[in-house]
Amino acid sequence: MRVGIIASRIRVEEKLLLAAFEARGITPTLINDDELILSIQANSVPLPYDVILERSVSTSRGLYALRLLEMLGNAVINRWQVANTCADKLLTSAALHEAGVPQPEIEVAFTAEAALQAIERMGYPVVLKPVIGSWGRLLARINDRAAAEAVLEHKEVLGGYQHSIFYVQRLVNKPNRDIRAFVVGERCICAIYRNSEHWITNTARGGKAENCPVTPELEALTVRAAQAVGGGVLAVDVLEDPERGLLVNEINHTMEFRNSIAPTGVDIPAHIVDYALRYATEVRA
Amino acid sequence: MNATCPECEALLTLNDVLRGEIITCPECGAELEVVSIDPIQLELAPMEQEDWGE
Repeated sequence: MRVGIIASRIRVEEKLLLAAFEARGITPTLINDDELILSIQANSVPLPYDVILERSVSTSRGLYALRLLEMLGNAVINRWQVANTCADKLLTSAALHEAGVPQPEIEVAFTAEAALQAIERMGYPVVLKPVIGSWGRLLARINDRAAAEAVLEHKEVLGGYQHSIFYVQRLVNKPNRDIRAFVVGERCICAIYRNSEHWITNTARGGKAENCPVTPELEALTVRAAQAVGGGVLAVDVLEDPERGLLVNEINHTMEFRNSIAPTGVDIPAHIVDYALRYATEVRA
Repeated sequence: MNATCPECEALLTLNDVLRGEIITCPECGAELEVVSIDPIQLELAPMEQEDWGE
């Protein structure tokens, strides 16, 4: 079995994945996306791997690499369509809605004026999120009109074009935590609470991980959410709304998991590797 | 294996590092990328880009 891993930086996660492959007698090839060249030509052939894991820290590089690898005929994890949907919060929301998966209420607008109207219609507080972004960066919690006007103006003037796609989410009055559930294939293998006094609970921002029991309700919801975006190896972020119950907030397609192995006691990289090997065998068959 | 921090010139001892790995200089705190193993070569790690994430 020939396995490739596309990466930009060798983080703890990539080392754990390498070790998990080694434990099954497979030495993956690390493909550095700094040096990757992909051809679109009449004689282009697939790269010599049975399966390729995309672990690029750059969303854009990862997406284009996946698209071209699929064009060449390579089996990839996650599939481009899945990654493309997850990379964009708006596309994720659309896919979740179509599949009937509960999520926070969302308004989308394309100018600061329209966004302000949308926010006022929704009522404060709201969260303004970049449609593409991660690690809790550039999220703005907006409690009143003065803050809305200021943030919208800043985004329009200072941000790139993507920051004028205004994605407004009703703030969920969650306890001081959210849930990250790891879905691999058809199963939710484990979940953590991310505890934080701050309303942003990402572990990249200091949220503390604690085991979250995978109840039948959580399993059903997160597997359904993963299927809604096409399925694969995914981290589904869930908010506990005191009134509406569990809501899917977003889905990550190149998840980090170093902080989740110890609290859950689940060997997440081993599950990913087993899925990848199964996937490669199925695609080859 | 020994290498020199490109930021503060501290002598670093590295064990089991892989190309592409990011390490932190214990002397000055700079984030360094292992750009080559043989010979060992360190560079300042690239700044985080807006589209980075999971």
